[in-house]
Amino acid sequence: MGERGALVEGLRAYRLIAGMWVRSSMTYRTSFVVTVFGNLTVTGLDFVGILLMFSQVDSLGGWSLPEVAFLYGLSVTAFGIADLLLGSMDVLGGRMRDGSFDMLLVRPAPVLAQVGADHFALRRLGRILQGGVVLGWALASVDVDWTAAKVLLVPVMVVSGAMIFSAAFVAGATFQIFAQDAAEVQNAFTYGGTTLLQYPPTVFGKDLVRGVTFMVPLAFVNWVPAAYVLGRPYPIGLPHWAAFASPLVAAVCCVLAGLAWRTGLRSYRSTGS
Amino acid sequence: MDSGFIELDGVEKVFDVRKKTGFMKRERRQVRAVDSISFRVERGEMVGYIGPNGAGKSTTIKMLTGILTPSAGRLRVAGIDPSRERTRLAHRIGVVFGQRTTLWWDLPLIDSYKLMHRMYRIPDARYRENLDRLVELLGLGDLLDVPVRQLSLGQRMRGDIAAALLHDPEVLYLDEPTIGLDVVSKSKVREFLRELNAEHGTTVLLTTHDLQDIEQLCKRVMVIDHGRLMYDGPLTGLHEAGESERTLVVDLERELPPIEAPAPARVVRVEGPRQWLAFPAAESAAPLVARIAAEYPLVDLSVREPDIEAVIAKMLHTLADTPEPPPEPATA
Repeated sequence: MGERGALVEGLRAYRLIAGMWVRSSMTYRTSFVVTVFGNLTVTGLDFVGILLMFSQVDSLGGWSLPEVAFLYGLSVTAFGIADLLLGSMDVLGGRMRDGSFDMLLVRPAPVLAQVGADHFALRRLGRILQGGVVLGWALASVDVDWTAAKVLLVPVMVVSGAMIFSAAFVAGATFQIFAQDAAEVQNAFTYGGTTLLQYPPTVFGKDLVRGVTFMVPLAFVNWVPAAYVLGRPYPIGLPHWAAFASPLVAAVCCVLAGLAWRTGLRSYRSTGS
Repeated sequence: MDSGFIELDGVEKVFDVRKKTGFMKRERRQVRAVDSISFRVERGEMVGYIGPNGAGKSTTIKMLTGILTPSAGRLRVAGIDPSRERTRLAHRIGVVFGQRTTLWWDLPLIDSYKLMHRMYRIPDARYRENLDRLVELLGLGDLLDVPVRQLSLGQRMRGDIAAALLHDPEVLYLDEPTIGLDVVSKSKVREFLRELNAEHGTTVLLTTHDLQDIEQLCKRVMVIDHGRLMYDGPLTGLHEAGESERTLVVDLERELPPIEAPAPARVVRVEGPRQWLAFPAAESAAPLVARIAAEYPLVDLSVREPDIEAVIAKMLHTLADTPEPPPEPATA
């Protein structure tokens, strides 16, 4: 089975398992409706916080409300997609502790796909929906001379962002193989990362921005390309083309996360812990 | 080529265990969970794999199913190296872990089977045929539409066994398949496994704490302790090696002095009209029962099987006393 075959197999297994989780959640319809509504409300409150801030100030780090909404919408939508697809990977540590992870290894399907689809929950659509609404409003409100490149960059940002966050989820899952109670470390990078990106880079210290650009390249989810779209200076003076580097950065992240996962799985199978 | 269906040659598994010895300090220690084990299982055999907790049983099973990679040695199942070709092997093996279910908790039983159908790419006709057969043999007919969370432990175990067999695996690994089941469920499971092995020729490897599982199912037993294979042969041999005893519990009409039983049977306990007699496990209880019934006012009786741990402990003790190497694997 080549890489391509493994990918096709993985997607197929993912679809099958995710489908089972959706059916499972539908057996408790009321609970499902309540959690979808709750999810929408909680993530919505996030943006209400930003609105409240802007009721007191006219700009945040020099960025206007529609501009911050643009950042927010991009970050939340991209993260929402990754969260929907891989957001339950934090149960991996628990599965390793109780031994049910072993059952995934005796199935004829790629383990990463099985872990990714674990506890798949449609209620996570709420975040994408909410991010999408804010993004839509921001796109209609920002003062931008739209060029073809800028228009194209918006969907590219969402997809690349989702890939970068997905890579973070996979990297976090890998970390859990070595430290099985480390789900919170993963959450710091994923949930923490998306919150960070909701604010302009100008409000943060240089070192943090540098770290988020080069170490954990979250800056490529929105800060850098959004700066291009909005005609603002790039954080930490990156070159002009950096705005278009997001897909490349995303691809590199995914490859690295995939390799890390493979190493982690190999280590699990040789140490059993 | 005359090679076994399951082959292990000097298989080892060494774990690095890190122990916290201080705030940041950790001590590394190597634990040899499986220590140079070699055995062969032929196609269609039904083998019991037993040993005390932590002896290395589940580590061996995990290596055989491709979950763990051996540290050393050669291991083949149906000609496949499990650790290298995990997914290819998965199509040819069935695995049931007694304490863990693969069934979908909130969904009707049949949904889990439909998932297996698609995940293992079982051809429709074969899936239908296998499902019908398993449903009939395991008595699952009325349960297919019941959510798994509502099944009893015994029903769920039968459901799990069916799930592991839908894709016609050539070998079935069972880890404690009767644990926690009531007598009726146990005998149903055993009856099914016997039939599966006889009719279908499925190779079965089972670990258990229940000596009756072994007695009723396996002609061959392997005992593992401290990661080493201590015994490989027929169950009767295990009884002899361990000099294990069964217990005959008799209720007499009234309190009487200890029964004078023919040696080696002897009374080990008296409590009012009830007396306990120990006798060699390899011997039949019938002559002893006949003799007591003829000479004493017998009201009721029951026979208790030796505890598997006790048998093994006794055997290991015996082996430790006699400075002989452990017996060679029975089949060459």
